[in-house]
Amino acid sequence: MIEYLNSIQNSLIYKNFFLVLSGLDNTILLLLISLPLGFVLALLFALGRVSKITLLSRTIASYIFVIRGTPLLVQIYLIYFGLGSVKFIRESFLWYALKEPFWCGVIALTINTVAYGAEIFRGGIQSIEKSQVESGLSLGFGKFLLLRKIILPIAIRKVLPSYGNELILMVKATSLVSLTTYMEMTGIARKIMAKTFAPVEAFIAAGILYLFLNFLMVQFVKYLEWKYNPHLRLNN
Amino acid sequence: MFKFDKLVFGDAGWGDEFLIATFMTLLVSILSMGLGLFLAIITVWAKIIQNRITRFIANFYTTVIRGVPELLVIYLIFFGGNAVVMSIAKVFGYNKYIELNALTIATIAIAVISATYSSEVLRASYLAISKGQIEAARALGMNKFSIFFKVISPQVIRHALPGIGNVWQITLKDTSLISVTGLVEIMRQSRISSNVEHSPLTFLITAAILYLCLTTISGRVFKTLEVNYSKGFST
Repeated sequence: MIEYLNSIQNSLIYKNFFLVLSGLDNTILLLLISLPLGFVLALLFALGRVSKITLLSRTIASYIFVIRGTPLLVQIYLIYFGLGSVKFIRESFLWYALKEPFWCGVIALTINTVAYGAEIFRGGIQSIEKSQVESGLSLGFGKFLLLRKIILPIAIRKVLPSYGNELILMVKATSLVSLTTYMEMTGIARKIMAKTFAPVEAFIAAGILYLFLNFLMVQFVKYLEWKYNPHLRLNN
Repeated sequence: MFKFDKLVFGDAGWGDEFLIATFMTLLVSILSMGLGLFLAIITVWAKIIQNRITRFIANFYTTVIRGVPELLVIYLIFFGGNAVVMSIAKVFGYNKYIELNALTIATIAIAVISATYSSEVLRASYLAISKGQIEAARALGMNKFSIFFKVISPQVIRHALPGIGNVWQITLKDTSLISVTGLVEIMRQSRISSNVEHSPLTFLITAAILYLCLTTISGRVFKTLEVNYSKGFST
């Protein structure tokens, strides 16, 4: 029995697991900044998209079109390699953020999730029944109060499942930041593989951790759905 | 800043290289979409027949691949694929070193990812067919094959086309990750060119524009197909 435990402890997958685990905080750090920022911006962009100001709505529509039509990898490379090669950006204050792979990753992930999130929230806002807005108006709600008390709560509640999908896609998207030399879980797994020539073990360890992270994300979204849909609960 | 003169065709610029790279991206996307659809059909079949083991395997496959980053799947297949193929070959008594070429690995990797998404789409559209139709076909004495090809497939295609269009867009964008394996598609080409010319912005913006064109044009194609396949149905 003890021999068996020792053999597990000496196996590559066990050792690598803890090495890869040390990159978990970097992955989570990326998410902790880009997801809340992306959520707030996506809401604002969605409101701009459905607003009656044509210029604003068109601009946001073309922004969404461009971001959704190009791979995230292109966006990350454009920000990390592309913007860094422009001289006046290198001399401006932006360089303090853009020289760090971490902030490049955060910026790229935020830009990406805002486009997808805005489209999701737009669907939610447009699917609100007109009668609900009208009843709010008849109660004398102003524009801001209408937004805060009626439109946003109903819209967000409706799109929670699809926004949850987007959150999971974001967890997976953080792995691409490793290609800008930022050492999160995939980057560390890649480094281990280059060092040990064991092709599979490190990646499996990283895969288990990503699955766990996504599992937590699913539970979090499920909890939010449960919390904000009290009328759909079976026994209350 | 943006060097247009580097994008001309011929030896002076990278235009022709980018054209070939674009075709490579399209080739990988089409091959892996096809292989992915084939895998997806098998997965759906494994999920809908009343068999606990196949259903468990299919669910495990879709859950794991969709819960793990695409890049990780590609690394795993890129670095682990050779070892697996060699160990399979060893069973058949072939002990020499085998190396799969980059295109094969790219196609398999992207197909494995895209199959999980397509299988969800196909399953949903299969379930949308009412059971009465299959029963009616059986009552007419059709055998399993003609039920599949004449009753199920046409309807599944019609229901699934919008979803398959989405999967195609995802697949097309996922091929950019294949650049890490060294296959020269748009992304890889833009990295090579920018390393040579020291002008990443030019070539990365070119890559972005090329991807944008590909997604837009294929989006149009799928719209036309949808219109074609839903003739006679008010949508």
